[in-house]
Amino acid sequence: MEKKTCLSLLVENNFGVLSRISGLFARRGYNIDSLTVGTTEDAKFSRITITVTGDEQILIQIKKQLNKLIDVITVIELKPEESITRELVFIKVKTDDITRSQIVEIANMFRANIVDVARESLVIEITGTRHKIEGFFNMIEPYGILEFVRSGDTGLQRGAHVLSF
Amino acid sequence: MIPLLASKLILKCLERENVEYVFGYPGGAVLPLYEAFRTSPIKHILVRNEQAGPHYASGYARESGRVGVCLATSGPGATNLVTGIATAYLDSIPIVAITGQVDRALIGTDAFQEADITGATAPFTKHSYLVKNAADIPRIFREAFHIASTGRPGPVLIDIPRDVQLENVKTPLTWDKVEILGYNPTYTGHSGQIKRAVKKIKEANHPVIYAGGGVILGHAEKELLAFVEKNNIPVITSLMGIGSFPEDHPLYCGIVGSHGFEYSNVVMNASDLIINIGARMSNRATSNLTNFENNIEFVHIDIDPAEIGKNMEANIPIVGDAKTILIGLLEKDTVGEHTQWLSDIELMKVKYPLVYDADPPCSELINPKVLFRALSGMTSDNATMVADVGLNQIWSALYYRIIKDRKFFTSGGLGTMGYSIPAASGACFATLDNPKEIFVVCGDGSFQMGMGELGVIAEYQLNVNIILITNTKLGMVRQLQFDNYGKDHYSGTDLNFEIDFMKLAEAYGIKGFKVDNNADFEKVMPEAIKHKGPTLIQCQVHPDFIRI
Repeated sequence: MEKKTCLSLLVENNFGVLSRISGLFARRGYNIDSLTVGTTEDAKFSRITITVTGDEQILIQIKKQLNKLIDVITVIELKPEESITRELVFIKVKTDDITRSQIVEIANMFRANIVDVARESLVIEITGTRHKIEGFFNMIEPYGILEFVRSGDTGLQRGAHVLSF
Repeated sequence: MIPLLASKLILKCLERENVEYVFGYPGGAVLPLYEAFRTSPIKHILVRNEQAGPHYASGYARESGRVGVCLATSGPGATNLVTGIATAYLDSIPIVAITGQVDRALIGTDAFQEADITGATAPFTKHSYLVKNAADIPRIFREAFHIASTGRPGPVLIDIPRDVQLENVKTPLTWDKVEILGYNPTYTGHSGQIKRAVKKIKEANHPVIYAGGGVILGHAEKELLAFVEKNNIPVITSLMGIGSFPEDHPLYCGIVGSHGFEYSNVVMNASDLIINIGARMSNRATSNLTNFENNIEFVHIDIDPAEIGKNMEANIPIVGDAKTILIGLLEKDTVGEHTQWLSDIELMKVKYPLVYDADPPCSELINPKVLFRALSGMTSDNATMVADVGLNQIWSALYYRIIKDRKFFTSGGLGTMGYSIPAASGACFATLDNPKEIFVVCGDGSFQMGMGELGVIAEYQLNVNIILITNTKLGMVRQLQFDNYGKDHYSGTDLNFEIDFMKLAEAYGIKGFKVDNNADFEKVMPEAIKHKGPTLIQCQVHPDFIRI
């Protein structure tokens, strides 16, 4: 059975590390749903969050193949019940004088921010889980979405536990 | 501290790794390294095409058990290494490939002879480095040799821009401690899994051991023999596992797979427990196994956790080194009762015998099966047989007997034609001080892919006997065309120009023999073996002889 899984990686900040990881997914035929990279508290390391879809056997194989890469220090699965994951989305919505206030009201209900206002459009910034963002899209769709951009999931384990080596 | 030129530092690093030979080809981006070679004790062997370089390194590594080193310039020199690096990766052979790169400032500008070789080889290197700072050289070389030779061995590439080679550095050479956070191979098996395996082995009625290349890479042949004899369990090998177990042993049960022995596949299918030690379970090996889904239990021992469960679900996975785990298993009570099973196997051997006979017109020329059986009786107990790819590979794998300390090398994973001549030459360099019998077996297809390296063989008078099986055809592809499309569907597999191989041998000063029947082969071969220096023995086989 296919399921969505969120992996969190601690990697060495070496030349070509991202291309090694994305290349691994490409050549073994695994699909990446989203991938985010960023620096960490230590400049030598980066954190990568990858969401993938696949059956249990493929996910096990992905984790093993990632662990085989010398630059990859740790791979963990961010299980929903033990972690927090969020995604940042910017949505550009068509507006006019009548719909503007309705859209702002919906945005407020979702604790989303209006970050750009023009005569015929609004840009909304929303952060949240996949479900929250889906809900927001549902509400806003009828007004006409001009374009949007999603950051992909990023996340941390709950509690005092930290990803280390 | 006196500053040292980085190119000299690189050679010092190789010295520290006890490198004797570098199989290389020069060019603009490695000029500083070649200037340093002049005054270094490391011997440079000028290969005749960079494509052969990694194969030399591979043959050297497999013969000596040490890391093989090859070298090429940037751009086309580097891209010529690609197939050889992939070949070593698929067979888990420890080599370090060094490439020159254009100056740092030119990287990314499509400069003359620039190629992104770390990018190109990423899918089939265990790891790779682009050296951006000469001060990193001692650490990178130490890490590269460590990564190549530990855990599951494999190729590591080091790409060094020309201007980095020209830097003066004040770096201490000593960098003995390797600290790589993301690299820590597991050698000892999980005790809980071993306990489960012990129980399964003791209870099994029809167990077989399936031995792969991991037994050889892990130097676990003696432990395997002890374990087998203690438990009375028959052994089947993969193509890469040839040499892991003596073929004259009563518990030896052949080679499995689409090109294996029929009886071996029958035995494997009839088993109730397969103890896989260091084999990949590749599609070539398992395509004839039909019973796997049903009721065969599967213990899988491998040093690479990613191998376990990749091609086949393992009931009991044990991650670790073959030798360590076998030593551990030897201490446990695993002995079961298999008398019935072993006598069943003897019946299977009788029911599915090896067939040597051939009909006319095939029988009018050399029968390669008989040839390799005969050769088995002529060679020394520590001979090395290096097979190329094609029918020559399968005939030698099946019918040349690997007993005692004999070795068998071939490109098993990638199936790279042109492997045998350079790989056997690399093995010759590994034994130059103490020459032994080293054989190449290749067909007229694979010979022509590797024959440029005859120049090196002639130059160093390497003690190699090249058994060249000629039929002016690409035999194995013809076999596939016959099986897939029918008799009249040969296409693109004719080498219809009869090369005078004797003249070719003479041109290189290599002693040549040409035989067209088995009796003559058996007369000529001992003479060729006795001859000091290289020989070429052309053996004519009928083009329709396409059966293994």
